[in-house]
Amino acid sequence: MSYEQQLDATFAALADPTRRAILARLATGEASVHELAEPFSMSQPAISKHLKVLERAGLIRRGRDAQRRPARIEAKPLQEANMWIERYRELWEVNYARLDNLLNELKAGKD
Amino acid sequence: MPKPVEVATPSDREVVVTRVFDAPRELVWDAHTKPELLKRWLLGPPRWSMPYCTVDLRVGGKYRYVWRNDDTGAEFGSYGEHTEVAHPERIGTTERMDGLDGQPLDYENPPEGGEPAINTLTLTESGGRTTLTISMVFPSKEIRDMAVQSGMTDGMAVGYDRLDDLIAEKVG
Repeated sequence: MSYEQQLDATFAALADPTRRAILARLATGEASVHELAEPFSMSQPAISKHLKVLERAGLIRRGRDAQRRPARIEAKPLQEANMWIERYRELWEVNYARLDNLLNELKAGKD
Repeated sequence: MPKPVEVATPSDREVVVTRVFDAPRELVWDAHTKPELLKRWLLGPPRWSMPYCTVDLRVGGKYRYVWRNDDTGAEFGSYGEHTEVAHPERIGTTERMDGLDGQPLDYENPPEGGEPAINTLTLTESGGRTTLTISMVFPSKEIRDMAVQSGMTDGMAVGYDRLDDLIAEKVG
């Protein structure tokens, strides 16, 4: 993936609050699907789906242990634990700057 | 000038983000509920557009957003139901996401299941300015604490400070 594709995949993966929470959990140590399912009150297939999206975005890796396949944070796209937060934040910076502009336009239309 | 963002944790499972807009709340409400307006700002990074946006603004009514990367055609979506519609002050929604698994999205029939996030948007107006508050409720206290400890909320506050600079540049 190119850097921009990586950024897009990361952006979309992090748009979901459950996936952000899963990453926060994995930041404290690796976990299996089974171990993630319980605190998140989700089925294992639902957790697996989220893990696939995170894996595709390069944010996590799955272990080779056929039984557990523990998920862990991928160091490279997440050089620092806060990098994904940074990207999520940038999304809202951009959105709210656009909303400011739109509101100014709507206000002008009413005058 | 835009105000900084404040972040609070008023209950065990909740994080609240607040931001002031220099506009009456009727306009901020419109910008959050009218598809033709949502499509103009709720877009994410450059090159993403919102080709599909429906909002059935009543309790039990559904909403559906689809974003697309204009270069690659990749899509993902967000959808849920309105649990509260109190014009022009408050909107409650459930939220789930789909897409990015390589399959085309079903715009009109997104997948069921999974515990949704619970979002509450609140708008209050004073002196022509609107204070926007978004409450995000996590599935458990443990998950919220992990999210907060990871720096997500501090990060958002810092980000919004930078947004002020960004807007100041554009306005100035």
